[in-house]
Amino acid sequence: MNLFAEAIASILSGPVSETVGQRLTQHLFLTLLSVAIAAAIAIPLGWLIGHTGRGRELAVGLSGAARALPTLGLLFFVALLAGRSLAVGLLVFVVLAIPPILAGAYSGLEAVDRRTVDAGRAMGMTEWQILMKVEVPLGLPLLLGGIRSAALQVVATATLAAFIGLGGLGGYIQAGLALRDFPQMLAGALLVTALALVLEGVFALLQHLAVPRGVAASRT
Amino acid sequence: MIEFRSVTKRYPDGTQAVEEFSLVLPSHKTTVLVGSSGSGKTTLLRMINRMVEPTSGTIEIDGEDISGIPPVGLRRRIGYVMQNSGLLPHRKVIDNVATVPLLTGVKKKDAYARALELLDTVGLDRSLADRYPSQLSGGQQQRVGVARGLAVDPNILLMDEPFGAVDPIVRADLQRELHRLQSELGKTVVFVTHDIDEALLLGDQICILERGGRVAQVGTPEQILTNPASDFVASFIGADRGKRALSIRSTPEGDVVVDSDGRPAGVLTGQTKATPFRGVGAPAQGERAS
Repeated sequence: MNLFAEAIASILSGPVSETVGQRLTQHLFLTLLSVAIAAAIAIPLGWLIGHTGRGRELAVGLSGAARALPTLGLLFFVALLAGRSLAVGLLVFVVLAIPPILAGAYSGLEAVDRRTVDAGRAMGMTEWQILMKVEVPLGLPLLLGGIRSAALQVVATATLAAFIGLGGLGGYIQAGLALRDFPQMLAGALLVTALALVLEGVFALLQHLAVPRGVAASRT
Repeated sequence: MIEFRSVTKRYPDGTQAVEEFSLVLPSHKTTVLVGSSGSGKTTLLRMINRMVEPTSGTIEIDGEDISGIPPVGLRRRIGYVMQNSGLLPHRKVIDNVATVPLLTGVKKKDAYARALELLDTVGLDRSLADRYPSQLSGGQQQRVGVARGLAVDPNILLMDEPFGAVDPIVRADLQRELHRLQSELGKTVVFVTHDIDEALLLGDQICILERGGRVAQVGTPEQILTNPASDFVASFIGADRGKRALSIRSTPEGDVVVDSDGRPAGVLTGQTKATPFRGVGAPAQGERAS
């Protein structure tokens, strides 16, 4: 209990409090930028797979392989090869974030009733219109679920960024480890946890809001 | 007029859906394609708006080979009503009805005004315009589906078992309504069903299909009832049994018409003209959102 009290005191008024704003910003920046880049890659790809039904096996295989990569190992490996830079951190976290977003994007489209898609096509929608006006809105909740999962994984894993000099909340853990300053380590862990919970809440809300009204009505 | 010329459809797995099918579907009439599952009836219907491409043969609409018409444009001028309505669940009724006009660049205000008129046409209250499809009953959804099919005022209306998924009372209502609509609008309707009663009720021309899309018989309901072309047709329409094989029995009370089991089915009230009975519009019954 004493350790907890010291950690919280450190966050509120101790040494941690002096840098927490900056570290939090770094952490959040790294997380959101990684997820954004991953989304920019994975969403179009996932929609393409979901709409055409082609390439699903490849995507599942690659996602599975990417998920199996140990992030810590990858981070150090790439940092050894390419040096310690923001680009290296981003690369590693983007690799981590792509699989859940990709899965959310294509499974969202696959979950749309084929008859609805067929009706859209039979009415004379172009493939692009079917994608944008039928599949994407109906698949949005699952896509957001994927982004939510990606953001959660990255926000937790971004703690490692400190080990290649990118700062973030992991800095407290790294410094605490080096100095055997356990309250500081715990403070870092608590802050990461709190940030993850806040992000989770925000995404849960977004996901809830993304369920199309007509679809939500049928579920009540 | 829609004309099929030696149309064959073979799927890559070797299934022969339709074989050497030829038929003329006259304008402003209802042609019913009827057959059991696997008879290729839906395949034939979907060839008309190029949802399915024939393996060989041609299909012409008013003399124009449709294989030269881009599918999207073709589909936008042909109404399509499917089983389970196929409405977009995330859009309100009015947006569903106005979907195609909005795609083709009609102004939102005009498209909505037209959509409201169409709700009147298909016998739906305008207050349903702001509901979502999931908030409607099955029968109401089908009516919205019909309204959507009519939204671009197409000459051709394709209906793929549109009343297959609703209960019998609602189905009878919808069939009557379709009759009324058709007598007002005079579209070229192509209607697919597996229900011979529905075919006899709605069709000006009926095409009975056997497995593999082979034509068993084409004719008016009267021709098919009085002269089934084969045993298959006779058995399919049930000519030899039940309420199709009616006879007159003299009783002390007067002549009654009895079915094949000898149960009274009705009385003869005199001679009608050549046109068979066509039901009149009736208010929708038994259709309330549950």
